Amino acid sequence: MKVPGIRQTMSDLHIWTGLLVGWVLYAMFLTGTVSYFRDEISQWMRPEAPAVKQVPDAALVSDRIVASLAVLAPTSTQWSFSLPDARTPTVNSFWRNPGPRRAFGSATFDPATGQKLAVRETLGGDFFFRFHFDLHYLPPIWSRWIVGFCAMFMLVAIVSGVITHKKIFVDFFTFRWGKGQRSWLDAHTALSVIGLPFHFMITYSGLITLMLLYMPWSGNIALKTPEARQGMQAQMSAFLQPAKPSGQSAPLTAVGPLVQQAQARWNGSGGVGGVGSVNITNPGDAAAQIVVVRSERTRVGTSPQYILFGGVDGKLIRTVDEVGAAAQTRGFLYGLHIGRFADGTLRWLYFIVSLAGTAMVGTGLVLWTVKRRQKLPDSDKPYFGFRVVERLNIATIAGLSIAMASMLWANRLLPGGIANRAKWEIHVFFIVWALTLAYAVARPARKAWIELLWVGVAAIGLLPVVNALTTDRNLFASLRNGDGVYVALELTLLVLAGLHAMLAVRAAQHRSRVRVAKPKRSIEGAAA
Amino acid sequence: MIVGAVRRLLAVGPLLSRIVAAIFGGYALAALSSVAVLALPVDRTQAVIGGVLLSFAVYTGAVIWVFAVRSARRAWVGLLLAAAVLAVPAAAVWKGYGA
Repeated sequence: MKVPGIRQTMSDLHIWTGLLVGWVLYAMFLTGTVSYFRDEISQWMRPEAPAVKQVPDAALVSDRIVASLAVLAPTSTQWSFSLPDARTPTVNSFWRNPGPRRAFGSATFDPATGQKLAVRETLGGDFFFRFHFDLHYLPPIWSRWIVGFCAMFMLVAIVSGVITHKKIFVDFFTFRWGKGQRSWLDAHTALSVIGLPFHFMITYSGLITLMLLYMPWSGNIALKTPEARQGMQAQMSAFLQPAKPSGQSAPLTAVGPLVQQAQARWNGSGGVGGVGSVNITNPGDAAAQIVVVRSERTRVGTSPQYILFGGVDGKLIRTVDEVGAAAQTRGFLYGLHIGRFADGTLRWLYFIVSLAGTAMVGTGLVLWTVKRRQKLPDSDKPYFGFRVVERLNIATIAGLSIAMASMLWANRLLPGGIANRAKWEIHVFFIVWALTLAYAVARPARKAWIELLWVGVAAIGLLPVVNALTTDRNLFASLRNGDGVYVALELTLLVLAGLHAMLAVRAAQHRSRVRVAKPKRSIEGAAA
Repeated sequence: MIVGAVRRLLAVGPLLSRIVAAIFGGYALAALSSVAVLALPVDRTQAVIGGVLLSFAVYTGAVIWVFAVRSARRAWVGLLLAAAVLAVPAAAVWKGYGA
């Protein structure tokens, strides 16, 4: 038996690692991609919250929120809240409830009044963000292991894909339109090469975000005491665990002046807001401490940078500007992954390259069926495995777009008063997704592709209409009011609807072209 | 029928062996490398974080190795050799921390 060469074995490895987890990867990539506009999606999904006109003063807002939290969670051992900035008009807060179990309460505040904001109950863009690593309906730990497993496959698929394509950069400039399998292969290669550094970075750094879950061994061996564990945590996060309360009550100092001190320090180093969030441990106790954390919008890495103050006397305890070299590297990779530092053009670039990554996974999945369809003895009755891949491809690629859009429909159409409204938005997402799978199984494959893609066009393209009918913030009103987030988001929806229409038209043209070409085909395209 | 089943199992045996080597062997090697890094004379916390950062590259490399070499046996031998090399500092670390 002839031993296959390395290019062949790497090709097989690439194909199978890519296929087996491709559907999960596709969903992770697409929901992760839209998460770069998580704050903007959240704004769209909370139309009651006013558009950001001017970022309010962080010190004033902090005092208001602290006053509200003192009423809302007086016995809590830890309060935490983010400050509004150009992308988020609200204050998102959570606090630790007393008791042995780790339970947290949360609320969204209006920075102008410090009061709880009366917005519809929704997870907003946070759902897509959480789904892309926590999935849903599963315990988060399971989900994160599944996601990590898939990410590892992705990493292997990227490396083996590069080895497979010796002439990867030459191939990049070769594009053969309308040539069936060749075109799919060229599209897959082009999409992969355009974003190769990004795809590699995003996959590796994705693993890094949850690295201690996946590789706990060295930490377990070297850092045994709770102090040592917390020491490592402090290298990675500014979210400090509350110390033991003293039991003596003492009033909390005014937080506003501390925020101003921090702003004076960080505003000098460029950027807008400076302060990102405030974290208060043991409020109302003599052992209270206040952590003012630097915003992640003005720096690439997310390594902790904060100022720690005494909570009663307001005295500066310590300033943290950097952590150890390895922790700094981790913070940099983490920051590259979530891209919080990216504004304007850079954020769009993140979105587009990440979308190219999604398309890379999608074209790879489709390529698997395109390549094998030609070799089917009877193309009307493919074997079981082929049918499974084909149907899953349809439900994943065409179906996910519909499901994501349907969640935004639910956000506008579900009545405000129903119980678990936020959860029902998510249930709608999964119900619709399951329906697309049922549809893909029931219909002939080609028809299912075309029809579901057209449903996607309607589901996405009509969202601005649904919004216009259910709120007073329609596209024209948004344009008049200079509401950039609403305008950009709805125009993007229209572009995405157009993209789906293009795919639908292409899918409809596909069969006829192959038919014409068939009698002439004598040399099988060399499988790469 | 049993003969057929056995023959089929033998045919896919090397492939299964490689898959196990890649997924579990690769993971074990990566975990071992993250522990071996602790032997370096640097800050303990930084060694933990740095070692874990690198371990995913080790994992990826191990998987590629397992499928790049000519036979499943070579794949395992390679992994075991690498593990043996890493085991020396890892064992020292293990002892040093009194595990």
